[in-house]
Amino acid sequence: MSRGLAPARPAVAGALASAYLSLVVLLPLAAVAARATDGGVGAFWHAVTAPEGRAAIELTVALAAIVVVINALAGTLIAWVLVRDEFPGKRLVNAIIDLPFALPTIVAGLTLLALYGPKGPLGVDVAFTRVGVGLALLFVTLPFVVRSVQPVLMELDREAEEAAASLGARPLTVFRRIVLPSLRPAIASGCGLAFARALGEFGSVVLLSGNIPFRTEVASVFVFGRVESDDVHAAAAVSVVLLAVSLALLLGIGLATSWRDRRVR
Amino acid sequence: MSARTSRLGLRTVALGYLAALLVAPVGMVFYRAFEHGFAAAWHAVTTPDALHAFWLTVLMVAIAVPANAVFGVGAALVIVRGRFRGRALLGALIDLPFAVSPVVVGLALILVYGRDGWLGGWLTDHGIRVIFSTPGIALATIFVSLPFVAREVVPVLREIGTDQEQAAHTLGASGWQTFWRVTLPAIRWGLAYGVILTTARALGEFGAVSVVSGKLAGQTQTLTLFVEDRFQSFDLTGAYAAAVVLAALAVAVIGVLTLLDRRRAP
Repeated sequence: MSRGLAPARPAVAGALASAYLSLVVLLPLAAVAARATDGGVGAFWHAVTAPEGRAAIELTVALAAIVVVINALAGTLIAWVLVRDEFPGKRLVNAIIDLPFALPTIVAGLTLLALYGPKGPLGVDVAFTRVGVGLALLFVTLPFVVRSVQPVLMELDREAEEAAASLGARPLTVFRRIVLPSLRPAIASGCGLAFARALGEFGSVVLLSGNIPFRTEVASVFVFGRVESDDVHAAAAVSVVLLAVSLALLLGIGLATSWRDRRVR
Repeated sequence: MSARTSRLGLRTVALGYLAALLVAPVGMVFYRAFEHGFAAAWHAVTTPDALHAFWLTVLMVAIAVPANAVFGVGAALVIVRGRFRGRALLGALIDLPFAVSPVVVGLALILVYGRDGWLGGWLTDHGIRVIFSTPGIALATIFVSLPFVAREVVPVLREIGTDQEQAAHTLGASGWQTFWRVTLPAIRWGLAYGVILTTARALGEFGAVSVVSGKLAGQTQTLTLFVEDRFQSFDLTGAYAAAVVLAALAVAVIGVLTLLDRRRAP
């Protein structure tokens, strides 16, 4: 039935697409895994648990976790305001939510430094601190939760909320007992995406972190430093940890989403 | 607390957060760039190195966007319409670049295409230089912007179904004719959306490019690398002015996406 449908030979198209993907993406990633483990599991483990690399991984995970919690709150709030509130300029606000996705990461870092850096007009200086790194991560991960919660909130049936309210439930109770349970999967998947992004973020962080080992050096900055100083093995080992965690996250989100879709149908 | 005050309160907190995190910092960069007048900013982004960086970035977009558009449409057709084993796997693997840190992308490319990489010996023998040269930057740009077109086109293909394609086929159209006359027009908005996202990502890539480029001013420096270089060399006007060029492009991208959204939603 699908024979003759565009483009002519599906098998050839499939083979070409797979070859392209392999040369650009799969082969290089395989090379990272191979390089990380070519001295054996012991050498891999040693590289990952060496003090500086380990500190970088721990700081990255901790910052990503904090950033995700803030995103869950702020993102849900922003989505709520964009769906349920009416005010002049709402469409403009809705459009700028995507700005962090469109803005180059190095520019994102520079903008934060311009306002919250040493020469900023406010007198606050977060340059070369963990707060600065966290701020950069908040900037680049802002859209994930908002964009994941917003469509669910739009589709939500408001009858149950109105019924609860007419029975005397207070707004906060209505939100917690009726709205929040429906939003929870969307918040979780937005958080997962934000966490994966925060783990690997580099461009926005590099100017703000100052790359101080054990203080502000996150995993991506550590990997960059090791590549520059030709310690490719340590770079590859920490990269594999990053890859494994974000892959597991994205896979988990994908599975959860398809499982939920199947149940809804 | 009345419903009205709590609504105002929530709105204030949400908008305040956006203002502090997004609007004010971006506004500050625009202010700083033009602080010493428009001429100074213009001068900073028209130096030979700046112009070279700009055109190198344009070249990278011109390579990555068509390559990933063709791949994305082809892969989407294979994933949605194909019948070969492993198409589900292909669908899952396409998203892989989103899970990879840009720095890891750069490292991965060095390990395959670098001097000591898997293909390094062969490339050196044939006099081909990939890493620390333009082909490496192109590969990095293609890697990070690879999934966008396929991701946008796959759902559209699922949505339109195969009725029209089959009708065209029954009427005697060849596979290519069906593709050009029926399928492509049907997916055009999804494709356009994907192309814009690919362009934005290709323009703005920093980490992956930073690892593989070697960062030679006037040679392998893209516009994002130029921003970093100017900042590190304490040429703040240059850094801010180039950042404004990139930010203006980002704002343009958002504008086009908003327009496309309105087109797509019937």
